[in-house]
Amino acid sequence: MEITAIYYLIPSLIMFCCGVYGFITRKNMIAMLISLELMLNAVDVNFVVFNRFLFPGQMEGMFFTLFAIAIAAAETALAIAIIINIFRSTKNVDVSGLNEMKF
Amino acid sequence: MDITIPILILAIPLFMFIFLGLLGGKMSHKLAGTLGTLGMGVTLVLAYTTAFTYFFSGSADFITAGGDRLQYLVFNQTWLAFTKSLVIKLGFLLDPISAMMLVVITTISFMVHLYSLGYMRDHHGVYERGFQRFYAFLSLFSFSMLGLVVATNIFQMYIFWELVGASSYLLIGFYYIKPSAVSASKKAFIVTRFADLGFLIGILVLSFYTGTFDFTQLTSVPVEGLNDVYRVSEGTAEGILNIFQTSAAPVFMGGSVLTWALVLIFMGGMGKSAMLPLHIWLPDAMEGPTPVSALIHAATMVVAGVYLVARLFPLYLMEETALEIITVVGALTAFYAAMVACTQVDIKRVLAFSTISQIAFMMVSLGVARPEIHEGLGYMASMFHLFTHAMFKALLFLGAGALIHAIGSNDYTAMHGLRKYMPITHWTFLIGCLAIAGIIPFSGFFSKDEILSACVGYDWVAYAWMSMVAGLTAFYMFRLYYLIFWWKEHKIPEGHHAPHDQPWTMSLPLIILAAISCVAGFIPFGKLVSWNGEPYDFMAHFDWSVAGVSLTVAVLAIALATVMYRKENNLPEKFKAAVPALWRWCYHRFYWDELYMFITHKIIFNGICRPIAWFDRHIIDGTMDSFATITNKASELIRPLQSGQIQFYVWIYLIGALLLGTITAICLI
Repeated sequence: MEITAIYYLIPSLIMFCCGVYGFITRKNMIAMLISLELMLNAVDVNFVVFNRFLFPGQMEGMFFTLFAIAIAAAETALAIAIIINIFRSTKNVDVSGLNEMKF
Repeated sequence: MDITIPILILAIPLFMFIFLGLLGGKMSHKLAGTLGTLGMGVTLVLAYTTAFTYFFSGSADFITAGGDRLQYLVFNQTWLAFTKSLVIKLGFLLDPISAMMLVVITTISFMVHLYSLGYMRDHHGVYERGFQRFYAFLSLFSFSMLGLVVATNIFQMYIFWELVGASSYLLIGFYYIKPSAVSASKKAFIVTRFADLGFLIGILVLSFYTGTFDFTQLTSVPVEGLNDVYRVSEGTAEGILNIFQTSAAPVFMGGSVLTWALVLIFMGGMGKSAMLPLHIWLPDAMEGPTPVSALIHAATMVVAGVYLVARLFPLYLMEETALEIITVVGALTAFYAAMVACTQVDIKRVLAFSTISQIAFMMVSLGVARPEIHEGLGYMASMFHLFTHAMFKALLFLGAGALIHAIGSNDYTAMHGLRKYMPITHWTFLIGCLAIAGIIPFSGFFSKDEILSACVGYDWVAYAWMSMVAGLTAFYMFRLYYLIFWWKEHKIPEGHHAPHDQPWTMSLPLIILAAISCVAGFIPFGKLVSWNGEPYDFMAHFDWSVAGVSLTVAVLAIALATVMYRKENNLPEKFKAAVPALWRWCYHRFYWDELYMFITHKIIFNGICRPIAWFDRHIIDGTMDSFATITNKASELIRPLQSGQIQFYVWIYLIGALLLGTITAICLI
């Protein structure tokens, strides 16, 4: 049995859908962040897979993925910092309760 | 003539108004009052100089070689030039009546300024609140009134006419914490404003057809007996003549343009001069401080209507109907006010009604004036009565003010028998009463006699009617005099000291005005003022029978008043019981106020204003409100979409993207 692109793309799709589902349904900011990472990683997988199967001689997809992973790490650090600060001031990481600045 | 003095006559009171109005609060009461009085004193001297120059200098500007007086424009400055023909000017017109009015206004105003220094403080010498404001308003009034009488055109007169109305409003409402004073000031303003609506329409009609505002042009109409010397207009009178004498002039409801214009202008005069249907504001205006009543509501502002008619007199001569209306209105008002004055308790109200009655005398006198009747005696008599009345009525009001100041009440029931306590007030008041009653050496005799002579020439009904009113005048004035100074011994309320005469600032004006009232009758007034500028010899038209009758009537009326009111007795009560209905109607002023209340509240407010208010509130406001409400509701409805929750946005986005994808897919397939 030959491993084709579809074998990678289906788990990647499942990962992405899980991410979207988690992002929409979860109220906890940590959980939302994890879902976001999940979506991002699904996209990373897609990049690698398409690069590997469609343009075997080139490396753009790989490098793009490496960049995306690095940026995602930085972004996560930033997001965690914001969440910790919110938690310090409100003792809560539930996103639906954070509407004091709204009106 | 140098224009400095005329300009200063107007500028000093205006300056004092601004100065005292802005800085009065920063200075002491005494300083503000003294400055105001000094300013008026200077104005007085300048006005006397101007009038003296006009009457006696003999300059060719003012008088012809034949002795006819001329109108003289000291200056006439273009103020607003809207179009070539619509030009409004401000200026200073000197002629016999404006010079005479300058003297009257500055004299009374100065007396009142001086008098108020004493009047506007209590028995402990503490000045009233707003004393500086009072002087500022007095200056404003003096400025406006002086501007009114020297107006060169009818529009300038209208401007100052409104200004005197405004200052009268401010001064009636001087005690603004007293609700009655506030409502009186509003009443005065609204009633006179209503009349001024007619005045304004009259001005517009008149100047639309004549094409001019200038008095000199308007009055340069070719009336028989009005010589060319009285016409100093720059333009020609032919245009005016054409409009009124050709049949092309439009006719509205049976009256020509001129009739309507003159009647409407007279309506303005009726409002200011408190003629019959529009008289209701004047008695209430007595809520103001008494010096104000003396200055504005007895001597100067209320005669503005008479002055207006006199100013346009040559025009009125062209229109018999207008003069007849003036006569009838004046005659009815004179009788009505005299009847009411016989029953009032408040001494200022008696004087107010007496003022209405006397102004009506002047109006009648103008109404019966014709060139062919004693060479226009009525005009001269009216101006003469205006002059003498200003003096003796101001005297009576200031005397009443002294009494009110000493007793602390407006009603004669609190006075009685004051002659021993207040001798100066007593004697000056008596002189005022004799003058208004028309007893021989006093000024009122001469002017009233001339009015009656003019009436004789016009119609014997008018003469009999006015003689009867003159008798009533003598009766109610002496009723007032006896009830204040005689009737019974004065009872001093417990804890009060005996009433006494006032400080010199209040006594001096009384004495001066009393002196003027004694001698003013001997002024050869006809030599100075006449309807066409020609010197007029009154003695040539003097009729001893008229004088004798009027004197007899006055003496009889005084005798009756003496019998009824000198000593306490039950004659007045008997009289009251004999004619209860008449007495009640007079006491309630013939229910004019109630009639006005009925018309305004029941008919106008309920019948007209309320539906209009409903329409405004529900239809017009409702439309506008519904726009706002719909917008508001719609925004309330869509506001939840803007929740700020990222997850919600993502959800919407996801659904949208899926839908869009599905649609695209379906379309592609």
